Amino acid sequence: MTNILEEISKSCGCDTTYKPADFKVENDVRWCSGCGSYGILSQVQKILPELGVPKEKFVFISGIGCSGRFSYYVDTYGFHSIHGRPIAIASGLKLARPDLSVWVATGDGDCMSIGGNHMIHACRRNINLNVLMFNNEVYSLTKGQYSPTSQQGQVTKSSPLGVLEEPFVPAGLALGSGATMVGRGFDRDAAGMKNMFKAAHDHQGLSFIELYTNCVIFNDSAFDPFTSRQSRKEHTVNVEHGKPLVFGENDDKGIIMDGFKPKVVSLADGYSVSDFLVHDQHDVALAYIIAQMSYHNPELPRAMGILQSIVKPSYDQLTEAQIAHEQEAKGKPDVQKLLRGKDSWVVE
Amino acid sequence: MMDKTQKYFDKLTIRFAGDSGDGMQLSGKLFANAAASSGKIARTFPDFPSEIRAPEGTLYGVSAYQVNFGKEDVHTPGDEVDILVAMNASSLKTNLKLLKKGGIIITDTEGFNRKNLRLSQYEESPLESGELEEYNLLALDVTKNIQQELSNLGMSPKNIKKTRNIYVLGVVFWLTGHDISSTANWLKEKFGKKPEMLEANLKVLDAGYLFGQRFEGLPEQFIIDDASMQAGTYRNITGNEATALGMVAAAENAKLELFLGSYPITPATEILQFISSYKSFGVRHLQAEDEIAGICSAIGASYGGSLAFTTTSGPGLALKVEASGLAVMTELPLVIINVQRGGPSTGLPTKPEQSDLLMSVWGRHGESPMPVLAAASPGDCFHMAYEASRIALKYMTPVILLTDGYLANSTEAWKVPDLNMLPKVEVQLADPAEPYQPYKRDDDTLSRKWAVPGMKGLEHRIGGLEKADITGQVSHDPDNHQLMVDLRQQKVDGIANDIPLLKVEGDTESDCLILGWGSTYGAIESAYKILNEKGVKVAKAQLKYINPFPQNLGDVLKNYDKVIVPEMNKGQLATMLRAKYLKEVIQVNKVKGIPFKAMEIASEVEAIIQTETELV
Repeated sequence: MTNILEEISKSCGCDTTYKPADFKVENDVRWCSGCGSYGILSQVQKILPELGVPKEKFVFISGIGCSGRFSYYVDTYGFHSIHGRPIAIASGLKLARPDLSVWVATGDGDCMSIGGNHMIHACRRNINLNVLMFNNEVYSLTKGQYSPTSQQGQVTKSSPLGVLEEPFVPAGLALGSGATMVGRGFDRDAAGMKNMFKAAHDHQGLSFIELYTNCVIFNDSAFDPFTSRQSRKEHTVNVEHGKPLVFGENDDKGIIMDGFKPKVVSLADGYSVSDFLVHDQHDVALAYIIAQMSYHNPELPRAMGILQSIVKPSYDQLTEAQIAHEQEAKGKPDVQKLLRGKDSWVVE
Repeated sequence: MMDKTQKYFDKLTIRFAGDSGDGMQLSGKLFANAAASSGKIARTFPDFPSEIRAPEGTLYGVSAYQVNFGKEDVHTPGDEVDILVAMNASSLKTNLKLLKKGGIIITDTEGFNRKNLRLSQYEESPLESGELEEYNLLALDVTKNIQQELSNLGMSPKNIKKTRNIYVLGVVFWLTGHDISSTANWLKEKFGKKPEMLEANLKVLDAGYLFGQRFEGLPEQFIIDDASMQAGTYRNITGNEATALGMVAAAENAKLELFLGSYPITPATEILQFISSYKSFGVRHLQAEDEIAGICSAIGASYGGSLAFTTTSGPGLALKVEASGLAVMTELPLVIINVQRGGPSTGLPTKPEQSDLLMSVWGRHGESPMPVLAAASPGDCFHMAYEASRIALKYMTPVILLTDGYLANSTEAWKVPDLNMLPKVEVQLADPAEPYQPYKRDDDTLSRKWAVPGMKGLEHRIGGLEKADITGQVSHDPDNHQLMVDLRQQKVDGIANDIPLLKVEGDTESDCLILGWGSTYGAIESAYKILNEKGVKVAKAQLKYINPFPQNLGDVLKNYDKVIVPEMNKGQLATMLRAKYLKEVIQVNKVKGIPFKAMEIASEVEAIIQTETELV
């Protein structure tokens, strides 16, 4: 049936040498000054030229909220959609066009609340999408109500006496839903983001990356313990495949496992780095434990980096394989024959 | 063997009724296939409960399949039944009211045992009480007969019982003068890998046929001449299969990939099932997590350059509303197929209604014009799905196609179209050699050009926020919004130039017009015939394009004093006609979850005409 796609492949550029400036749009970026989203945008624009993909094959799909504007701010194909649905739209696009590099920009409200159903099912299907979830733990574009990731007790416009609900752990939800690659980072960490974006692109399957994004207006400094230079080293641990979980101001603390519970220990207590838990990004049980650290026990540091990366066939690959198999088994498609069906008869 | 006589009929209606597990849907389908392939016109209607398998023998577990067949003028599954197959007491009780006086009842006496009688709330067996005196009762001992027939095969009683429907079908084949070969061929394909079941079924089919021939209680055969059909290749097709094929054909002729994003919902689910079996045609589909993901994935695929569609029924259409507005705003081609069922809420899942018309035309937020089409018969679902695709692609717009549970499940003999003879499907692809303006419009169609990811140099951003004219930048400018609202409306209105004029048929000199839409087509055709034979003068027309209406609709309405609008709702088309044309129309409404009978429309129309005459 295809012809449009043949046309496209003919017109598609082989030139993949770009500069970040090639992905900058002419129109103004309209986030509040100081918004963490600028940092994410800048790293995305830096990484795209390095991926070896023709510019016209990138697509950014976004939902609603501050993160929803993202697709307007990258000079390639973009689709700003509706509340909570960017992953559903991106899923259809990727299935129809496996040749494209499809990125989703979504927020904690968009992705975890109204779009929660699409998010968990995209993870389960392992569609080859790169999902960047901007988490500012508040609804910003609707001006300051609590979100599904807001902390219990957080005071917002719709929780003047404090939020009653427990927040989602986004990375844990993604892992529990079967996402094959899950990462966590933050707006101020340029190197960490670049590393994860590159890995997400290379990963064949759904990559879910949660990015702590500071909202200067409605939830300013909410992530400071994990993101500011002063406290970051004490409160976060950078996980890297094959490396021990070391953290602390002087790299003097580590995580060990006490049964199934992670526990903080210190070199000063006689432990050595070789005692520490070593990150294995292929270990799904470990990923879940690491993802939850600090949520229920504030003494534990919060994990940043690629929490899990495992290889499973993606839904889009499986679809193509099924089509190829069927075409081999049944021969060249003949639509006229399909219309006739099996039980037709001829009137002379 | 005594001599049997043959009686000739123009058409006959047979209803196969039994317990949900008795295989009546299959008997009905096989009979319809045999009738059609032997040169009759057949229309069918399955009537089954929404429970998968209600407890055996109960009144609410009865499943039925009706076939109307004849040599001409068969447009509905038939008003009244000539031959009723009732496999048990409950199916007799619930279906007897449909049988003509003097009609034939074929039953299995085993279905009237004490337990069955209790479940069907018969005080005494109707086979013996005399209450069936006005009918021709053929109480056969089907169960005993098949047991004898299959005694040598060593089959379990349970498997033997499964062949009752085929035995009865054999009896009906003899009774109606059909040979068993088409069903025998079907069985050979179906049970190719189960030789025991194949042998058993072939044996009982044959045995049923021979029983009819020899049984003295069946003195007559009911014979219908072959239809005089146009030359061509035919098949029986349901509305749902025809819809699926219409989309495949449109994609083929548009040279696009086909994508379906859908969530299972009765009675639309089958379209998804058919599409999922077309993988060798490169058709891609997503059985989505919900209705919203169904339409959104289709929008994504459309953005990527596929002919994309989503299928649903009323409650699902309600969920798709916001996303359909996104398709309007982004001006992407999309076909939304709504197989209507009884509402509101979950309503009557397996029963047809035409009550989503106003939701389809107006049920989106904002000024959100969308073309709405309606299919008139099962085979017409193919052509209207194709037409919906043609309009969606040419005008870069979402289009709603309305079918309903009746069209979806009923069958008709369908002349298989030649792909090359179908209308041209134009795709409005952007020219990579020119600078791309996403919302620059074609002068004639007002459609924007389609630039698909992967087209070098045409990178652009679209979305649900209001777009500036031509450039497609986000715009909140008041004058621009007015302009864009007007342009989107003009684009949809302009489609009226590209669709056929409404054709009025029948007695066009009459001052009375019956105007229907969608699946009432068959009942109106048959009602017209009934009225014609009585000498009542009426004209008739069927709307298949509802937004926009055909250009001549206003003039047509003016030409008739009385415009009678039969609908399976409370007057939704009537409301639209009054609103747009300031024309008073006369409503004939039925909202029972069952299609109109031809006789119902005929007698209503006759009563309306007579009342008016008396007043004069």
